Amino acid sequence: MTTAATVDAVPVSERGPAPRRVIVGYGFWLFLLSDIIVFSAFFAAYAVLAGRTAGGPGGVQLFDRGRVLAETGCLLFSSFACAMMSVAAELRQRGWMVLGAALTFALGAAFLGLELAEFAGMLARGDGPGRSAFLSAFFALVGLHGLHVATGLAWLLVMLAQVFTLGWRPRVAGRLACFALFWHALDIVWIGVFTIVYLGAH
Amino acid sequence: MGKLGWDAIPLHEPIPLVSAAVVLLVLAGVLVLVTAKGGWPVLWRDWITSVDHKRIGVMYIVLALVMLVRGFADALMMRSQLALAAGQARGYLPPEHYDQVFSAHGTIMIFFVAMTFMVGLMNFVVPLQIGARDVAFPVLNSASFWLTASGVLLTNVSLVVGEFSRAGWLAYPPLSELAYSPGVGVDYWLWSLQISGVGTLLSGINLTTTILKMRAPGMGYGRMPIFTWTALASNLLIVAAFPILTATLGMLLLDRNLGFHFFTNEAGGNMMMYVNLIWAWGHPEVYILILPAFGIYSEVIATFAGKPLFGYRSMAAATMAICVLSFMVWLHHFFTMGAGADVNAFFGIATSIIAIPTGVKIFNWLFTLYGGTLRLEVPMLWAIGFIVTFVVGGATGVLMAIPPADFQLHNSLFLVAHFHNVIIGGVVFGAFAGYTYWFPKAFGFRLHEGLGKAVFWCWFVGFWLAFLPLYVLGLAGATRRMQHYPETQWQPLMIVALAGALVILAGIVLTGVQLAVSIRQRDRRRDATGDPWDGRTLEWATRSPPPAWNFAVLPQVEGLDAFWEAKRRGGGTLAPAAGAGGAFEMPRPTALGVTVAFFAFVAGFGLVWHAGWLALAGLVGILVACLARGWRTDTEVEVMPDAGRAEAAS
Repeated sequence: MTTAATVDAVPVSERGPAPRRVIVGYGFWLFLLSDIIVFSAFFAAYAVLAGRTAGGPGGVQLFDRGRVLAETGCLLFSSFACAMMSVAAELRQRGWMVLGAALTFALGAAFLGLELAEFAGMLARGDGPGRSAFLSAFFALVGLHGLHVATGLAWLLVMLAQVFTLGWRPRVAGRLACFALFWHALDIVWIGVFTIVYLGAH
Repeated sequence: MGKLGWDAIPLHEPIPLVSAAVVLLVLAGVLVLVTAKGGWPVLWRDWITSVDHKRIGVMYIVLALVMLVRGFADALMMRSQLALAAGQARGYLPPEHYDQVFSAHGTIMIFFVAMTFMVGLMNFVVPLQIGARDVAFPVLNSASFWLTASGVLLTNVSLVVGEFSRAGWLAYPPLSELAYSPGVGVDYWLWSLQISGVGTLLSGINLTTTILKMRAPGMGYGRMPIFTWTALASNLLIVAAFPILTATLGMLLLDRNLGFHFFTNEAGGNMMMYVNLIWAWGHPEVYILILPAFGIYSEVIATFAGKPLFGYRSMAAATMAICVLSFMVWLHHFFTMGAGADVNAFFGIATSIIAIPTGVKIFNWLFTLYGGTLRLEVPMLWAIGFIVTFVVGGATGVLMAIPPADFQLHNSLFLVAHFHNVIIGGVVFGAFAGYTYWFPKAFGFRLHEGLGKAVFWCWFVGFWLAFLPLYVLGLAGATRRMQHYPETQWQPLMIVALAGALVILAGIVLTGVQLAVSIRQRDRRRDATGDPWDGRTLEWATRSPPPAWNFAVLPQVEGLDAFWEAKRRGGGTLAPAAGAGGAFEMPRPTALGVTVAFFAFVAGFGLVWHAGWLALAGLVGILVACLARGWRTDTEVEVMPDAGRAEAAS
């Protein structure tokens, strides 16, 4: 008891270097913040250019809200599966962890498939990023998010391979935790995309 | 090879060809020398693959000094061109070459000299100052440095293969769009900055984490050395601002390469959005550079006045205030855009407000000097020269913060004089103060004092001689970026400015001489104590040069100026932290950073020339290198503190 009391008496800022796990997590949080700032610049560009359709189609003509709803569902449930995967990893339950990872991957891949189908349809009609400034901003913002999701899927595969070959080392567990943070951050960005791009279409 | 062919080599232009030949000869000479002395194993093991923050810091500074020579060569070309090209004369640089020269000068001086120098000093000093063994992510640190070096290499390759951007150091569209700059120059600019920018961003994340999470026991925020405070503010700004640069350059790349319309004239693009975005990064960038310099002056003035820094808390508060305010003033770079009187008034007032925390700092430095036992050693000369010079630069800045005045002075040589006044008088003087101040810590011997003083006086006199005329010319109506001018009455002042540049050249040459002489006399200049200046902060508590792990036992910090207090209590030994001691792990050297950066260069070069296979090869190389690293398990080596002590004693 006395040792706990003395530790508490020292302010957090004076307790010396943090454990490795905390340092890695903190650094990754900072990276995510910087990544979100990249997105915010693309959001700002989208807000400026949303009305600049240059005589081409606007969002209302182009977006299929049913598909966007399905995309959103896929991504949010994949985040839930990812959280389950994290819990399983915390408990060192490899079977459950693989199941969570498989669900995360499948739903993420489904999201990406729906998005690519949307892009392909627009490109086929001649409404690509070169059509207008609005479409440039749209493809860049939504495409950047899609690129992140694709990177996340590849990362997840690598993490599965790491868990199987290296086992539950602290380093592997740390990377898995970083992946989970990354995957949830992409959800937050998608909420912004869903609200501002798709619900805000005009 | 995509668009690349033999016509990309500018065989008809003697200036870039000859300078490239000289650079290649010097490089070949260095390589031959290293091979002849059998230096490759040492170079590879101790430097290129090193993850030691001190060695990486030194490499950053070497890179910055080399690029200073390159950037200064551009400056000399511009000044001599303008000294000649009055009236009917056209000088010796054709306009398209002159445009490349000023674009390269700005890009190199900001990104590869000022930025690189400051990141190098922060890398070297911060972990020592907070009592840490290394930065938070040492391998990432190595990658950051080598990515910066990749960007530098790409910029320099453009000298011989193709061309550099002619669109100014910030490449405003629509000039920088494909329609008006169809060559590869802007692409070189974009990919150089994109690659080195990623390095800078990662370095910012690294140092912020280091400062916030790895301070020695007892070092609360109120006990952090002031240089660490300014480094924290600077790195927070890097984390918050550099992503905007990455995004903005990304948009311009999409415009140029994939037919997007972010900033084009047609299809609804908005080029003023680029100007807003680039300055939303660019103004914080100014403070990323100057804040660490403020920290250096604070350390130097307190040390050489022999008393604690006056107003430590107000100094830290002013630093953080500037950190926040720096994001609220970007529009003052384009008052003439036509945002309207209300918007301009807001940003004019916000800009003037920054003068308040800056003024607090100036007075704190003056009050630290007041009543102190001053030692006018070389770092102190730079600090005092800074106070005098920077106040003038700051005053002209406040002058231009008034929108109606800015409408007169915008894009004139007055502006050029102003920002050189703050960047040379603030950042460069600070860089040299820090270089002289921490050199003995890095290498264990002092730099030559007499030559150091000569370097200072060359820069100080040369700066005023070169830039006071530009203030006058700017008020007379001379615009920036002009290759010749009809008013022959401007010529005398242009010649004075050239003379000033030549005096600065003498300073740069003397810096090299000082280094050579000091290395030759290193045995005489050796500092055995590790504390040559009677310092105040933790970096002086360890030996010079410090062991790879900085501190064998982590110290317990009891207050501000921890080392100074320990010396006053007697002995100067710091109490070990509770539970400190025993073995600890240090990262092994790794070639990951240099490998990733090499492939990033390959990818960048491929993307500049639209050689898809080369770009793909680069990306695959990066991926494979990172994956291979992910499966390494022997990345750390255990260090025994007793072995550390034994080495410290030897």
